[in-house]
Amino acid sequence: MSQTKLKLAIGLGATCSGCDMAIIDLAEKLIDLFNAADVVYWPTASDQKLEELQRLPEGSVDLCFYHGSIVNEENREIAQLLRRKAKIMIAFGACACHGGVPGLANLTTTKELFTTVYKETLSTDNPEFKQPLPETAVGEYSLHLPGKFDTVQCLHDCVHVDYFLPGCPPEVPLVDKAIEAILTGKLPQKGATLAPDRILCDECPRKREEKKISKIYRILNTIPDQERCLLDQGIICLGPATRMGCGSKCINVNMPCRGCMGPTSKALDQGAKMIASLGSVLGLQGEEQMNEEQVKALIDEIKDPVGIFYMFTLPSSILNRKSIKK
Amino acid sequence: MDKKGDVDEAYFQVVELRGFEKFCEGRPVEEMPNITTRICGVCPWNHHLASAKAADAVYNVDPPEAAKKIRELGYCAFFIHDHSTHFYALGGPDFIVGPGATPAERNVAGVLKKVGAEAGRTVLKALRYAHEIEEIVGGRAIHPVFAVPGGVSKPLSESDCGRIQEMAKFLLDYSKFTADIFEETVLKNKRHFDLVTDDTYRLKTFYMGMVDDDGKMNLYDGHLRVVDPEGARFAQFDPSEYLKHLSEHVESWTYLKFPYLKNVGWKGLVDGKNSGVYRVGPLARFNVADEITTPLAQAAYEKMFKILRKPAHETLAYHWARVIETLYASERLLELVQDPDVRNSKVRTVPTATPKEGIGAVEAPRGTLIHHYKTDREGILQSVNLIVATTHNHAGICISVKKAAQGLIRKGKVDDEILNMVEMAFRAYDPCLACATHTIPGRMPLEIDIHNPEKKLIKRMRRF
Repeated sequence: MSQTKLKLAIGLGATCSGCDMAIIDLAEKLIDLFNAADVVYWPTASDQKLEELQRLPEGSVDLCFYHGSIVNEENREIAQLLRRKAKIMIAFGACACHGGVPGLANLTTTKELFTTVYKETLSTDNPEFKQPLPETAVGEYSLHLPGKFDTVQCLHDCVHVDYFLPGCPPEVPLVDKAIEAILTGKLPQKGATLAPDRILCDECPRKREEKKISKIYRILNTIPDQERCLLDQGIICLGPATRMGCGSKCINVNMPCRGCMGPTSKALDQGAKMIASLGSVLGLQGEEQMNEEQVKALIDEIKDPVGIFYMFTLPSSILNRKSIKK
Repeated sequence: MDKKGDVDEAYFQVVELRGFEKFCEGRPVEEMPNITTRICGVCPWNHHLASAKAADAVYNVDPPEAAKKIRELGYCAFFIHDHSTHFYALGGPDFIVGPGATPAERNVAGVLKKVGAEAGRTVLKALRYAHEIEEIVGGRAIHPVFAVPGGVSKPLSESDCGRIQEMAKFLLDYSKFTADIFEETVLKNKRHFDLVTDDTYRLKTFYMGMVDDDGKMNLYDGHLRVVDPEGARFAQFDPSEYLKHLSEHVESWTYLKFPYLKNVGWKGLVDGKNSGVYRVGPLARFNVADEITTPLAQAAYEKMFKILRKPAHETLAYHWARVIETLYASERLLELVQDPDVRNSKVRTVPTATPKEGIGAVEAPRGTLIHHYKTDREGILQSVNLIVATTHNHAGICISVKKAAQGLIRKGKVDDEILNMVEMAFRAYDPCLACATHTIPGRMPLEIDIHNPEKKLIKRMRRF
């Protein structure tokens, strides 16, 4: 009987494990999944060892969900191993698809990061600036630590990816639908993203007037109206640059979208799309009469554009990272 | 191992780093509650709330009473969720199924088999309810988005409260049921109970946890209290003064730092009164507090300290305290949803002060969590410091692992049961390495390499 069941692997790189929780949150549906598939590898929730995965024939795992980004050699090796074993590999969640929030580390370097974490942070007592090393001799033993890459990578930077399932973490209905498509053999063309290819605004329940906005508000300084479009109210909301399918959950508690679903297939770069969208709604009365300084002041009202427009997608964007001075 | 095959040294390493402290620089402070949730998908709520409290402090803004209570209400549901996941899926299997069971049985499926199908359905329903409450309050259960500087983004409606109350009643029954399971499988099982009190799993350290003005345990807000290994009060301070009391030591063989009590000093990986090593989490909270505010949890708390001496040094009693805290969170949840304040629609105070610096702390399921931000005049982060629960426990975990390995591995004999019993020493802490490294997966990437006296690797056992 078990021979007809699918073989499923759930692999991970640098992750917060929210994606594991999203799978566990399938609850009763998870039982359906386990009835249809045998889990052959899932380090978070199952006891199989990496060695057991290594012993499986190449291409013998029907399906692999991979969550997390690639930040070190060990992450890369495991991703490559899973790719060799799996017939279908799905980048699961924002980190695997686009780099995710920890992808903002591409605005720094490992060296800067170590200096902050192991030296400058206020509670650190480390006058000699001791840092983690690849090999440390302790007594007569040597302890090994995997090194860290300077640049956070998405899964598709390392291996070929068949499908993308975005979200931070992916919402249950999307996971559900993807699993159903897999079980019934109704997956779309390879390379597809397993979520609707339209922008969040198309599912957003708020009233949108596409008003010209003349002032930008931070969520910090304003209590937005709960019925009206947040962008119309001058609050930066990434809806126009973000793929739908999350159920507008942030919007529903009166918070703006930060783009965890990534862009649609029509936009190459989420941040660039957002800038273009803002360009068409940002408008001041008498804009024509403004001098350059006044225009700059308006644009400067957008705090931290890189952090906000690329909160989840910096590693997969055309920016990718801050340049490193050699 | 040495020549006799006994354990000479044991090291617990954390092997990854993402570096939130660095890449959060430059971000607007109001985005931090949503950025820092991504430190950990297992316990996003404590990061969300510690961050929001730090942001409140940056703007010196006091959220309305309703907002504080709504935050705490959602937090209680999260605590039930998180503690239950640990009890049924991670730590519980050691007791419910038994430490000697095969890895194939010693998991959540084995637990459900042991407790029965009906009980299994109760557990799944409880998790689903906790999740639903988290979503009503936080927008999303994993990575909530509702807390903003000065309050929360949306009030609770009458129908929200009605629904939450209904589910909270079920969760309270569920928590009593879980306490009964613990009673049956641990307290009334001599072999398991002896394990809890065995010297292999005992560590005499300082303890730290949060208490309210009356010295009663609080998870969302209060003072940090430290007691010494005899239980005498060593310090009590506002979280904003943590730098006067806590420091972090660095070793080159692990990415994770070692916090210690500054006024005792770092003496290496040793326990006792002269070492600045302290522990946090459920057992630590019980050791520092005078009592618990809710009746059922208080009764269970008193019973626990009738059986164990206070302060309890038995690391495996972390599980016990966790079960009682689940009861507390359920009682508190029901209390809060019946409070008229949570129905108040004024849930935000818009900040007006010039932002500068702020420290926010909560008790995460695994212990004290501290976020510390400094900003420029526009509220853009200039520096960030984070000390998360598992990091506070880092030294304790290292010592526990070494002690268990030394106590259990004799004459070179290592098998799966012994290895699992070594793992039990750290599983009790419910260590969350996604958090601790602000980095690693929430898994336990445990690899045990056993070297013979000639330093040759004789056995490698991995859990991943």
